[in-house]
Amino acid sequence: MAVLETRELIIDIPERADGRPLSLRMESGQTWGILGPNGAGKSTLLHTLGGLNRPRSGEVWIDDTPLRQMRRSTIARQLGVVFQERQDGFPATVLETALIGRHPFLSPWQLEGGDDLAMAEKALERLELSDLADRPVSTLSGGERQRVALATALTQSPSIWLADEPTNHLDLRHQVAVMELLSEQARAGHTVVMCLHDLNLAARWCDHLLLLYPDGEACWGEAESMLKPKALEQLYGQPLTWAEVDGAPVFVPA
Amino acid sequence: MNAAEAVAHRANATMAVSAWRPFLPLVWLGLAGLLALLMAVAIGSVAIPPAELWAVITGEGSSLHQTLVWELRAPRALAGFATGGLLAVAGALMQILLRNPLADPYVLGVSGGASVGALAAMLAGAGTFVLSGSAFGGALLSTFLVFGLAHGTGSWTPARLLLTGIVVASGWGAVITLMLAIGPTDKLPGMLYWLMGDLTYAQTPWPALVVLALVCLLVIPLGRSLNVLARGPLQAAALGVAVRPLEWTIYILASLLTALAVTTAGSIGFVGLVVPHMLRLVLGNDQRLILPACALAGGALLTLADTLARIVIAPEQLPVGVITALLGVPTFLVLLYRSR
Repeated sequence: MAVLETRELIIDIPERADGRPLSLRMESGQTWGILGPNGAGKSTLLHTLGGLNRPRSGEVWIDDTPLRQMRRSTIARQLGVVFQERQDGFPATVLETALIGRHPFLSPWQLEGGDDLAMAEKALERLELSDLADRPVSTLSGGERQRVALATALTQSPSIWLADEPTNHLDLRHQVAVMELLSEQARAGHTVVMCLHDLNLAARWCDHLLLLYPDGEACWGEAESMLKPKALEQLYGQPLTWAEVDGAPVFVPA
Repeated sequence: MNAAEAVAHRANATMAVSAWRPFLPLVWLGLAGLLALLMAVAIGSVAIPPAELWAVITGEGSSLHQTLVWELRAPRALAGFATGGLLAVAGALMQILLRNPLADPYVLGVSGGASVGALAAMLAGAGTFVLSGSAFGGALLSTFLVFGLAHGTGSWTPARLLLTGIVVASGWGAVITLMLAIGPTDKLPGMLYWLMGDLTYAQTPWPALVVLALVCLLVIPLGRSLNVLARGPLQAAALGVAVRPLEWTIYILASLLTALAVTTAGSIGFVGLVVPHMLRLVLGNDQRLILPACALAGGALLTLADTLARIVIAPEQLPVGVITALLGVPTFLVLLYRSR
């Protein structure tokens, strides 16, 4: 259970005006979607929220502590990040990759024990990767790697999830499965924040949205109040048509 | 304890045992190292049969054999072992630092700097103590040069670091050639032998051995962080690794190891590149296993290579660097070819 808060936060994107400072509270149980066109700074914002990028000004707080006063290992016990891009570095198997999610919880001399292994295996099972457990990650497809990254985060079991395009490379069924997994995390009382390209996934699964404009302007609030066609058309610079399907709005480029 | 608890207890016990099982290869490599050391002291211009060797080790045996083993062969064998271990561990660390399998102390210019330092001391006719210090200083200078320049005004990417290292190494190479060209003829053979790596002038093995043991102890608790770092600095930071301090620790540690190795035995190539690779192909990529395995395998390899160097064209001796390359190149190529 943790609250992620930004106070007058301005993310640092070179040669861009400050725009509107972000002051918002992302509380446990909420699912936040960050929307914006390419280059608007979605990933930079997500990394800044995770303490991986230094903000130009302002601060990120977890509960009552500023992030920059926390040790990285303390942060990692509460906050997990799923990256859009990954380096495979040296070859490793799927299970080994999931298992590094336990890193923040083990002391330097400690070996991964049976409990850690069980958590990693459970995470692989949840993402339908059990059959691939012994495969080198480098031999997997893009979508499978994406699920391995999610399995690593699930093994880390953070109370704050930051996911950068978690549905990248995934087929339709796995897109739904992953969004389902993330909202399950929110229902369990965790805070979920994700960058999304797909408006319709955001409309269906997020209860709060943050719209990030290329010039640094931003607005945020509950999903219903943000999913206004006018605002979205302006955000992407693209006319939209929309309809309501099963009670949720669906947007299609006009 | 009821039956269910007993079962659970046993399961836990097996789990604890199996958690250590991956480290079994270290036992085998340790035995291989020991065997290499025994061969190194037994083989040579005067062969010492096993029974006699045992007598010498237990404090008996002829005084000739005593002198031969304890004063000549054992120090040299141990120095070779330590040097090989230091170079292999340094190479493994640099490969993780740069997340690039091409990295090793030679490619990054560390040993080039050490060589220039050592050759300068030789040209000045300095004693061995100054030579060691000078080599050490050269290695450190090169380290800071590469790190400082690679950092530049912008980011600090592995590719940039590697490129800077390679260019600095070429620079040192030119300086070495210059020194050889203008150096007095009587000093050339010594300088050349030193450049090719030679254990003949190895002084006491103890500093190198002690540092090797200390570093192995130090890198084991760092091992898991290194595993995470191998997946990229962002991912590592997200999993709680203090990336920049860890990277500095690795680089300085690797440079110190290289400097010490070069100081002990001159410039021996290939061990730092090949040993970590061979081990990774066979043992996987857990640094907690790979780093101590590098220490043992690198040590064993160099000890064996030095034994060969002493006997191949006896009574003449070859520089050990020639043997490591001649052994290393085909082995490495075969392993690489057979791996997926």
